[in-house]
Amino acid sequence: MSNYHLDYLEQLEAESIHIFREIAAQFERPALLFSGGKDSITLVHLARKAFTPGKIPFPLVHVDTGHNFPEALDYRDQLAAEVGATLVVRQVEDTIRKKNLTEPKGKFASRNWLQTYTLLDTIEEFAFDACIGGARRDEEKARAKERIFSVRDEFGQWDPKLQRPELWNIYNGRIQKGENVRVFPISNWTELDIWNYIRKENIGLPSIYFSHDREVIEHEGQLVAMSEFIRIDEDDKISTRRVRYRTVGDMTCTAAVESTATNLDQVIEEIIATRVSERGETRIDDRVTEAAMEDRKKNGYF
Amino acid sequence: MDLLRFITAGSVDDGKSTLIGRLLYDSKNILIDQLEAIKKSTRNREAGEVDLALLTDGLRAEREQGITIDVAYRYFATDKRKFIIADAPGHVQYTRNMVTGASNANLIIILVDARQGVVEQTRRHSIIASLLRIPHVVVAINKMDLVGHSQDVYNNIIIDYAEVARQLGLKDITYIPISALNGDNIVDRSQTFSWYEGKPLLEVLEEVEVDNDINLVDPRFQVQLVIRPQTEELHDYRGYAGKVISGIYKTGDKVTVLPAGTETTIAKLEVAGAEVAEVFAPQAAVIQLADDVDVSRGDSIVSSDNKPRVSNEFDALLCWMDEKPLLAGNKYYIQHNSRLLRVVVKSIEYKLDVNSLDQQPVEGGVKLNEVVKVKMKTASPLVFDPYEAIGSNGNAILVDETSNSTVAAVLLQ
Repeated sequence: MSNYHLDYLEQLEAESIHIFREIAAQFERPALLFSGGKDSITLVHLARKAFTPGKIPFPLVHVDTGHNFPEALDYRDQLAAEVGATLVVRQVEDTIRKKNLTEPKGKFASRNWLQTYTLLDTIEEFAFDACIGGARRDEEKARAKERIFSVRDEFGQWDPKLQRPELWNIYNGRIQKGENVRVFPISNWTELDIWNYIRKENIGLPSIYFSHDREVIEHEGQLVAMSEFIRIDEDDKISTRRVRYRTVGDMTCTAAVESTATNLDQVIEEIIATRVSERGETRIDDRVTEAAMEDRKKNGYF
Repeated sequence: MDLLRFITAGSVDDGKSTLIGRLLYDSKNILIDQLEAIKKSTRNREAGEVDLALLTDGLRAEREQGITIDVAYRYFATDKRKFIIADAPGHVQYTRNMVTGASNANLIIILVDARQGVVEQTRRHSIIASLLRIPHVVVAINKMDLVGHSQDVYNNIIIDYAEVARQLGLKDITYIPISALNGDNIVDRSQTFSWYEGKPLLEVLEEVEVDNDINLVDPRFQVQLVIRPQTEELHDYRGYAGKVISGIYKTGDKVTVLPAGTETTIAKLEVAGAEVAEVFAPQAAVIQLADDVDVSRGDSIVSSDNKPRVSNEFDALLCWMDEKPLLAGNKYYIQHNSRLLRVVVKSIEYKLDVNSLDQQPVEGGVKLNEVVKVKMKTASPLVFDPYEAIGSNGNAILVDETSNSTVAAVLLQ
């Protein structure tokens, strides 16, 4: 093997950096949609590499459902300060009040659907023309067909018929006024690639990604964190388990997995051994219908 | 561990979806819940059998609207390699789909139905592979179970295909007899082909040498953006960020900025903030130059001893990808890596029949999925190499000025 060889993580990193630089050059007002999860943390890390020694030339935007894990919020504030990026936070709670939206009901009432309203309002408020997201094509079948530069109409909708062919590493970000582009720089990374990269680059993560004791209820085989946001029924058994999170979303729709993994090596070992997909194991919201993600995408959610 | 990007080409009935499903399943990249989901959809089949083709099933929107989105990407990994499969649907809009999927591929798997042999589709897939210069070809002769695992059938197909490959100048071809449905010769070498001495498909995919596919000879670099922190301590910092398109750059190299033609030397090289002595394709790098010269997005920084072409008139092959036809005299944007220029298609020379390679006259406009040879002219010079010489500096897209759609794949000549 020659000295001029890139391993797969170096190749993925180079591709993502190239995409970040295209975003900065092609758009006037991009924004990075930051959730506090490992994928968006990796995005921030890559963005920092793309523009160093300059600063990340766009804000981090967090659409806060109000149902986040406090550990993820703390981490978010700390990271934004560390990289010197502007942090824009918009609350779903405010949109619900302002627009008189109906809160979903039920045991694990999730504000996931409602995020879309806040996101579209935020895009309008700041006139963002590109929103950078941490979606990966290995996550789910609607995402397997997603472009890296995905054009959306003024309602944020994804129309499979309007998708542009994406050839070589040439990204066409030209849009009409009112349209915007969702850009996914880590499209070609898998869950395991992300974890391996986090280990290689020594990227810090919120503590909930590692084993800790937590009060949970068990619901249809999934462990849901106790919080004021879920409805506890009489026959629910509350117990304290040793868990970690494989993905970090809302407390209402992200399930924990039992784990004793306290460091990255152990987490990666568990992920390699696991036989359930990331979404299947931890996302309560995707179980509603088979096409749940496809529907949400069409409505402007990512 | 490195990375292999490949595309599978085959029409609907060649078993392409089954093959992809089989690769994912047998390499243990399918997880329990994904398997549960396809088991639910496999109601009509005999108990115990899972239809692996359903793993690559389309979206509801596609079924409802009767459309196919051109390419879906699948991922799997073994201990040796990470793989990215570009899965292009078979029939409708085939040229467009296949060109899109093949544009980043190091390798193509061409599926041949053992009962049919080399057919028109096989020729078409091979012609596109040769136009796009995909470096490695695997001819997977599928459904061998339906021809009694016959070595004669296999050998005859090889003879037929070798002739196609010779005409097209395809090199590095591997033939494998398989049955995607039964999993024969996919991950493990199958006992049913006692006469076959080669490797199973997955082993070929794991071992094909891809490092040499990257051009490390001709230094080409295009500026994506200029990094100017303008802070107190980095007051004079000007870094030209971009991708090394091909070749190797070292500090001290004499370089020329094109199209301006300004000569200077490389003062400093960085990759993700770390200073390095050299950078190479396909790294994302930052170049600092010794002199204060005028460089902006889309400019090329190339070796002064090894220059690309600089011209505002050139020939190209276009693969047309839009419903709106191309007419001679139409104006577009051409996007060559990060450089965007106005371009006029001056004339359409001929249409290339993708089944026979025959050159045919063009009557009226150029329609979706047609491949044509054109003469083009840009407002200012394009800095490029012929696609045949340096693929990564010889490709471009055309963008419609009014709809902003990507309307053509461009192979510069």
